[in-house]
Amino acid sequence: MKSSTLSILFAGLLLTGAAHAGAADHVHASHAWIRVLPGALPAGAYVTLRNDGDQAVALSGASSTVYAEVMLHRSSTAGGMSRMTMVDALSVPAHGEAVLAPAGYHLMLMQANATVKPGDTVRLTLNFTDGSTLATDFLARPANAMDAGDDHSGH
Amino acid sequence: MKLRRAFLPALLLVAGLLLGGCRHDELPFRLTNISGHMPDLDFKLTDDHGKAVTGADYRGKVALLYFGYTHCPDVCPLTLAQLHVVMQRLGPLADGARILFVSVDPARDTPAVMHAYVNAFDPRAVGLTGDPRATEALSKRYRSAFTREPGSADGSYEVSHSSAIYVFDRDGKARVLATPSASHDDLVHDLHLLLDTGATP
Repeated sequence: MKSSTLSILFAGLLLTGAAHAGAADHVHASHAWIRVLPGALPAGAYVTLRNDGDQAVALSGASSTVYAEVMLHRSSTAGGMSRMTMVDALSVPAHGEAVLAPAGYHLMLMQANATVKPGDTVRLTLNFTDGSTLATDFLARPANAMDAGDDHSGH
Repeated sequence: MKLRRAFLPALLLVAGLLLGGCRHDELPFRLTNISGHMPDLDFKLTDDHGKAVTGADYRGKVALLYFGYTHCPDVCPLTLAQLHVVMQRLGPLADGARILFVSVDPARDTPAVMHAYVNAFDPRAVGLTGDPRATEALSKRYRSAFTREPGSADGSYEVSHSSAIYVFDRDGKARVLATPSASHDDLVHDLHLLLDTGATP
């Protein structure tokens, strides 16, 4: 009786695991922050993604209950001109990292339905191309912040 | 004897270079020196208090001119944040400098929007906007360019813009050009040269 209950539980756990297994299981997010701009201006979100898995994974975007629209973008400078382009996916290599940082890849957060102030934490759900997701807390930082503020290497 | 003969002209040359280096128009800049290659600071725009201003209003200040727009979530705020760090490193000297952030998107960047924006970065930043012809004329003056990218269905659009920072001395003369990737050390160094030169009128 007891062992069959356990095995049912175990089977259930396995199923639960299978339902959620995906790229996101091997990805760890760190240095997650948002540069907050005044008023209703779009904000940039940055994060470092580490993939401990044996397979490359790809970030396709993010969603949030706070921002109606989130887009994966890349800033680039060529010939003295800055521009932004939309990106379909950003690969995180197996046992490697992908960095979303100022002047490069970033998530553009638009149409906030609440005021986000420096010091707030905003949860973004990172979406991967295989359909798996990773809920990540981003720290809202002042407009003139240089980085996530969680280390001093940027100085 | 032979050595001494060779040494003396070399010494004179070094001394000459040092003297030359002290002249106002030959400052030893680390950034790209554009002295004499770009027109003086001159424009007719509206500041972030809604006041009509011209380039002449900033004579007496070292001006850092940068083109951007507020709906730019990544590079523009990064550049302004970097300029804020540079201003902080200058300490009290920074009061002799102004960051002039010129909008290349005057349709959306009203003086009120610009005011909230620039003040989020640095108290010595000024937001300048104006009619599209005026901002376009200013950007053309510095051989800068910007183009509006095709808009999306919801009416949003992106603006490509020159990423350079043009630095003018207290007399409104163009002196150095910095790219956003320029090191803070080099910017601080060159601004020191300009801010240490001559007293504020």
